[in-house]
Amino acid sequence: MIDPISGKARRDRYGSKINRTHSPILAYATPWITIMFASLLPQLPIASAIPLVPPLGYLMMIAWRLVRPGLLPVWAGTLLGMFDDLFSGQPFGSAILLWSLTMLSIELLEARFPWRGFLQDWLVGVVFIAAYLIAAAMLSGARIDITAIVVMVPQFLLSICIFPIIARMVAVLDRFRLMRVRVIG
Amino acid sequence: MAPPSSRRSGHSRRAQYGLFTGYVLATIGALFGALLLGISLWRPTSFNGFRTSASDVVAPVGEAGAAARTEGQGLFDSISGYLRAGSQNAKLKKEVELARIRLKEADAVRQENARLKTLLGLRDTQAPPVTITRLVGSSASSTRRFAYLGAGSNHGVRVGMPVRSPRGVVGRVLEVGQHSARVLLLSDSESVLPVRRAKDDVVAFAEGRGDGRLRIRLINLGVNPLKRGDVFVTSGAGGYYQPGVAVAILDQVTSDGGIARVIADPAATDFVAVEPIWQPKAVESAKTPVSEALASDQSTGAAAQ
Repeated sequence: MIDPISGKARRDRYGSKINRTHSPILAYATPWITIMFASLLPQLPIASAIPLVPPLGYLMMIAWRLVRPGLLPVWAGTLLGMFDDLFSGQPFGSAILLWSLTMLSIELLEARFPWRGFLQDWLVGVVFIAAYLIAAAMLSGARIDITAIVVMVPQFLLSICIFPIIARMVAVLDRFRLMRVRVIG
Repeated sequence: MAPPSSRRSGHSRRAQYGLFTGYVLATIGALFGALLLGISLWRPTSFNGFRTSASDVVAPVGEAGAAARTEGQGLFDSISGYLRAGSQNAKLKKEVELARIRLKEADAVRQENARLKTLLGLRDTQAPPVTITRLVGSSASSTRRFAYLGAGSNHGVRVGMPVRSPRGVVGRVLEVGQHSARVLLLSDSESVLPVRRAKDDVVAFAEGRGDGRLRIRLINLGVNPLKRGDVFVTSGAGGYYQPGVAVAILDQVTSDGGIARVIADPAATDFVAVEPIWQPKAVESAKTPVSEALASDQSTGAAAQ
């Protein structure tokens, strides 16, 4: 006698395996849309007197790049940076330059250290966030003195602490991205 | 986790070219960004068009965000109010008594002011605000301090107009879109505002430091007359701001002036008024190079010839 198939065999974490498949639109658009949304987010909730909110769009981009290597093309930094520049208050072009350079350097880093764990990802994230915040401040056209550097410290610490959370969010979004939503036949 | 092996091109020409093109595109993108950045640092207004139309699109969302922000702050205020109700009540009663006395004194001063002004034949130049709108957001992650307004050229907002809240000066309009505008906040490190001490005529410049506080630089050097708690108001020099609007309160005295806190902290500001430029003629003449004559001067000059 043939045993009935276990219910779990027909489903996995991405949904039912019968009659359903991944949607290419969802699979490819999710990283782009979430990064763009994260770029918009810092300007909305508070009007703060000091730069405090982490550069969420940038964090989201390196999180997607590190959690899911190979999903974002190398040139994604250019287009996403252009969108970020529209809202960030930085001079137009600063994110295009810095985000493109980030994508290229992560690629180089990956060729050098192909095996990675979460801690190494976090370390890479910390190095890139520090470099990004300093470079962005220098390119912002503002005067840079001791005060400006001291003011950046809380933002930097907040960015470091929030990076693992964003990486987990990206992991959840990655599962959402691969949901089997398209009906076949 | 190692990167997926599909990204190694192997012997496939197509994959090799694809990978190579990616690198080339990314490098071109970086160079393109550097070029745009150079242009926008050289001429900061170059790409305003894109930016203002982009912030026009987002402004309605910002309106909702601003409403939520204010309500949230109100909630926290009322909670902390309950905790400190008793001592605060006693303090407030004392303050109200003092304020009543000061109010009577102010009435006397106002009367005398009116009398003196009629003597001099001066009119009150207080113009009504151009529009009243919400502060919908700010560049919270950038080193520059900008805020966004929920009103633009459709509401009569123009570049250069001062923005103030009920407490005092917030900043100056920098870019105008149709439904939104970008404001240079006082605390931005590129912002300079001529101020004077409220009780006498010690004039100074208030420069943003980028950390939410202002650096007060006295114009007349010598013995520093400033004390903690001194209030600074706009002096009206430069022609942008009406004189006598509160700007900052001194926090720390330094050798050439002091460090002051902004009175109208943008984080606590909900509605702001956009006011017309106080003396448009003065602003225009400040922008005209010395070698050129002003437009009105030219016409009178032509009439004289």
